[in-house]
Amino acid sequence: MSAPRGDQAVRIMRSSLGRARGMGSAKSGLGHWWAQRLTSLALLPLALYFVLSVLLLEGADQAAMLRYMAEPWNAVLFIALILALFYHLQLGLQVVIEDYIHAEGKRLASLLAMRAAVGAFGLLALLSVLKLTF
Amino acid sequence: MQDVREALMQGRNSAGKLVQRPLSPHLQVYKPQMSSALSIFHRITGVALSFGAVLLALWLAAAATSPHAFAVAQSLVDSILGMIILFGFTLALFYHFCNGIRHLLWDAGYGFDLPTMYRTGYAVLAASAGLTVLFWVIGLVIL
Repeated sequence: MSAPRGDQAVRIMRSSLGRARGMGSAKSGLGHWWAQRLTSLALLPLALYFVLSVLLLEGADQAAMLRYMAEPWNAVLFIALILALFYHLQLGLQVVIEDYIHAEGKRLASLLAMRAAVGAFGLLALLSVLKLTF
Repeated sequence: MQDVREALMQGRNSAGKLVQRPLSPHLQVYKPQMSSALSIFHRITGVALSFGAVLLALWLAAAATSPHAFAVAQSLVDSILGMIILFGFTLALFYHFCNGIRHLLWDAGYGFDLPTMYRTGYAVLAASAGLTVLFWVIGLVIL
């Protein structure tokens, strides 16, 4: 927050309540909140499945990866993991950026760049699983 | 003034001069507490795991590219540096997982009183350390 600029502050002739009133949520905070919780719930079993998969695939070669992803349930669970994970981390990184980057332009640019990167790597992961499956 | 909310932060000091009130919490004079420490760990591990997700995507992409590309990826994972990084990611994952459950319980309205908050906090630290050790014991010793 910037330092006080003395006289400017005095010119605001409205009460604190009058300025605060009506400035509550007018955006999509609730949807964001719910999406973060729902994806985190989905990620509880999916993260455990992922950890198990990492152990099962320890030292695997590409042929073993192909065999693993050729199993429909493995492919489905990996795709579900990727969708929930990248959606969840996008929601989280959005909050982090909004909390620490205050300048409007920089914040918007960071959010767009973050979403582009998350989208690109999410699609890369998704396509890779599909390619291994088929 | 850039933001009207700053108008709520105006006050007068003892000399009667208009000043901007400081934002709370005042981190520079705050005693470190478990509640705030675990909270910021949750955020830090979340950001770190986002980069882990990028590595996951690259690992899957290597597997989808060619046997050689995947062999290179696996040898990177198997290197000392790769193992150290992977260890960090497992610790971050298990911490974020356990503390995430704690957050979900708070969202459902449980565990807000201070003694419970401390108990679940220590439980999260113990569980994430325990799960990390278990993972590496299974990975390195058993499998």
